[in-house]
Amino acid sequence: MAKRVAIVGTGQTFHKSHRPDVNGQELINEAVQRALADADLTMKDIDAILIGNMDHFEGINYVDCWSVDGCGGVMKPVIKITTGGTTGASLAIGGYHMVGSGMFEKVLIIGWEKNSESDTTGAITTAFDPIWDRQVFAGAISGLAAEAQAYMARFGASDRDGARVSVRDRKHAMNNPHAQLRKEVSLEDVLASPMLADPIHLLDVCPRSDGACAVIMASEDSAEKICPVPDWIWGTSAHNTYSYLGDGDWGRLTSMEQCAKEVFKKAGIKEPRKELDVIEMYQPYSFAGLIWIEDMGIVGHGEAPQFVWDGNTDMGGELPVNPSGGVIACNPIGATGLIRCAEAAMQVMGKAEGRQVPDVKFAVSTGFGGCMWTNMLLHGKRKPN
Amino acid sequence: MDRTAIIGVGMTTIEAEKRRETFADMTWEAVNKALSDAGMTIADIDNVVTTSSDFWDGRTISLMAVGDVSGAAEKNVSCVEGDGTYGAFYANARALSGSYKTTLVTGHSKGSQCVSSLITNAAFDPIYERVLGMDMITASAMQANAYMNRTGVKPEDAALVSVKNHGNALKNPMAQLPMNITVDDVMASEMIADPLRKLDCSPVSDGCCAVIIAHESVATKFKQKPIWIRGLAFCTDSFFFGDRDLARSKALTEAAKKAYAMAGIKDPRKEIDLVELYDAFSYQELLWLEEMGLADYGKAAARLKAGEFNLDGALPVNPSGGLLSGHPVIAAGLYRIAEIVLQLRGDAGAHQVKKAKTGLAHGVNGLCGQSHCVWILDKEK
Amino acid sequence: MSEIFKGIEPMVHNSKISVPYSWWAGDTASKFFISLRDARKIIAPRCGKCGKVFMPPRKVCPTCFTENTDWVDVSDEGTVVSYSVSRRQLEAIPGDKKVPVIWGLIKLDGADTALLHYLDEVDPGSVTIGMRVKAVFAESRTGGIRDISHFKPVK
Repeated sequence: MAKRVAIVGTGQTFHKSHRPDVNGQELINEAVQRALADADLTMKDIDAILIGNMDHFEGINYVDCWSVDGCGGVMKPVIKITTGGTTGASLAIGGYHMVGSGMFEKVLIIGWEKNSESDTTGAITTAFDPIWDRQVFAGAISGLAAEAQAYMARFGASDRDGARVSVRDRKHAMNNPHAQLRKEVSLEDVLASPMLADPIHLLDVCPRSDGACAVIMASEDSAEKICPVPDWIWGTSAHNTYSYLGDGDWGRLTSMEQCAKEVFKKAGIKEPRKELDVIEMYQPYSFAGLIWIEDMGIVGHGEAPQFVWDGNTDMGGELPVNPSGGVIACNPIGATGLIRCAEAAMQVMGKAEGRQVPDVKFAVSTGFGGCMWTNMLLHGKRKPN
Repeated sequence: MDRTAIIGVGMTTIEAEKRRETFADMTWEAVNKALSDAGMTIADIDNVVTTSSDFWDGRTISLMAVGDVSGAAEKNVSCVEGDGTYGAFYANARALSGSYKTTLVTGHSKGSQCVSSLITNAAFDPIYERVLGMDMITASAMQANAYMNRTGVKPEDAALVSVKNHGNALKNPMAQLPMNITVDDVMASEMIADPLRKLDCSPVSDGCCAVIIAHESVATKFKQKPIWIRGLAFCTDSFFFGDRDLARSKALTEAAKKAYAMAGIKDPRKEIDLVELYDAFSYQELLWLEEMGLADYGKAAARLKAGEFNLDGALPVNPSGGLLSGHPVIAAGLYRIAEIVLQLRGDAGAHQVKKAKTGLAHGVNGLCGQSHCVWILDKEK
Repeated sequence: MSEIFKGIEPMVHNSKISVPYSWWAGDTASKFFISLRDARKIIAPRCGKCGKVFMPPRKVCPTCFTENTDWVDVSDEGTVVSYSVSRRQLEAIPGDKKVPVIWGLIKLDGADTALLHYLDEVDPGSVTIGMRVKAVFAESRTGGIRDISHFKPVK
């Protein structure tokens, strides 16, 4: 029989723009040691390891094999999952299935990236089809700008609406000691920052970071023994809707809608706005904080700007989004999706310290990447039926 | 734990250079063959795991190339990077976790489109090792020397693996290098890195394989007789060669032990009927067999010489011709699984072995067999 | 192949991924490289728990999973654990190296694990496992693994 699965420990590095004091394996080790300490486990307790990053950011082939000194994988099963930007979330989903299958009791999940070691834009450009898209496309920002333009045109939003999201996340980051960028900004600061690709300003987008995140999952057989309040995984979903840039329904994130429908249905959630208590969204730029909560079904199409302006997604609001400061405050890409998962777990476990949202019963974490792809996990305090 | 089975397999021919086919074209072919083998349509598949490598494909987020043709657009999907046996391991976990019933797993690679020496050089540590310029072949030569020094096995002994496997490939229409050769031919071929000659090394290859794994609740609902997954495990050794005993493979012994235990196999030499293993280099077939407990350490060469691993021997090894007859990296382990499935079903055609109830499929990740994945498949549940 | 593609000439699109990398060696490897560069001395970290001395140096003992804190000097002489001789000028081989190129896995006296490096000043046919070798330092040293030029047989 399939097992129910919970997160019982998390660990993160203090994410920075670059970490010259450690190599990749050593960076990974910091997150792993913190996760083991958080769960009060040792490496001996771990039955398998899932690890991921994006190959061309560090240029290391077979990272699962190379990383064992840092991740503790010597003479253990180590497997690599990599799906681009969604890697961190794909790893969390992978951990869920590995434990849920009954094959492993406790697994360690690691996402990491040392983005300081390469040219991020150059590497991302190689994601697109070498014969078609790659020759006319550079980096991630142009795709995101196309999305924002389409949304603004369809729903009458403005660049001020986007900037409001950035102001929120950067304020939230002040409460998160692990965040890389901890500096409050005003609406005017965002709008006055350099224009990268209309309508996206520099302060609308994520940085690139060096960082690692580790999460420990256990089955229902041991989760409550390890951890008084484990974070139960209620459902997971991953949709890679498009393969070519021109395939998208620009201005809408179809994959987010598909994931939300699937996950909420599994848990019987009918009114996510009311039933969810917090969202940690892989939101690489501010406008996504509008568009994607609509696609998630929190509010209707075109309603997000007002919802955000009213403070509903701020700390203390009806449904806080990104208490950690989110991706705009730090983005070690292969870790980023897993950091969302860890942050959501910390909210459920009551371990989020200065960024804790009171009494979290349900939390959602997401991953984003590829060609407008979404991954999603639903986290809950109550054990699933 | 619930049970799972393989209910469909599909493979493209393995070729030196598939000039007419992209990654997507190869995957489309393998997926459709697997679906038709299983008697399914894409609508019967509820989730997809692709296996690919950004390095070998020369593309960040390499799964993007094959999502559409794997039918993943509307389904849950993920991607394992590494050998196909690992992708299939994850696919199997997804069929067991209660979330899905039927997982399609694919693995593709086109060695012809990249420079293997540079790609495998990138598997060395960038700070301490990479600049020295080793690659998969020169690293494996180092392992071959360590193994031969310890066991007294001679290059001529290992060459016989190449003779046998290329000979088996004559009966496998999917193989890239069917060849009727002798030990002398192997020993006369170009020395690439002592003691490895050209015919001791697997070729550069293109190919794609697809396998469908089903939960027991649906395993018998489709056309094909299910082949049951009895045991599977993987294990990773230390990274630096200097931390390992290169003449041995501790990780393989551990993975095999776990897979046997899960399958309830007490005496693998008696209970395993045939093996498809990861013979990227001729000596590896001997070393891997020994580390899996299927031959005494240092003694596999003698048994090979006695014909025990031949198609009609006591324990046929690589009846398909193995990697020496076609090595699409990443897909290679998935081909091993698919070959075992065909054998256990009795569908292997000219290279069908006589007794085939329980089979072992094997995959490798990393340099010199740092990580191994072992599958035990069975005709009976 | 379907009928409609018969006779179509296959187009090829040549490309190259050229992403520059700068790998931070980290404090542990940096300490080792600085010692090679400035003092021609090979040093290695030792696990405070199990006592193992690691070559190449690393921050964490993979077995005990604790940070290595001590550093010890290891000899510039050691024993060949295994070796490889390339006869083909494979693409990964650096431009300044011409075949036959010999790599050795060398267990330095005082270290518990072996280091990968070049063997030179020796006929490839006479390299053996168990052979004693000694480090030859490069004349110009920049703080990398090739600050050791190669290992040569101990006469």
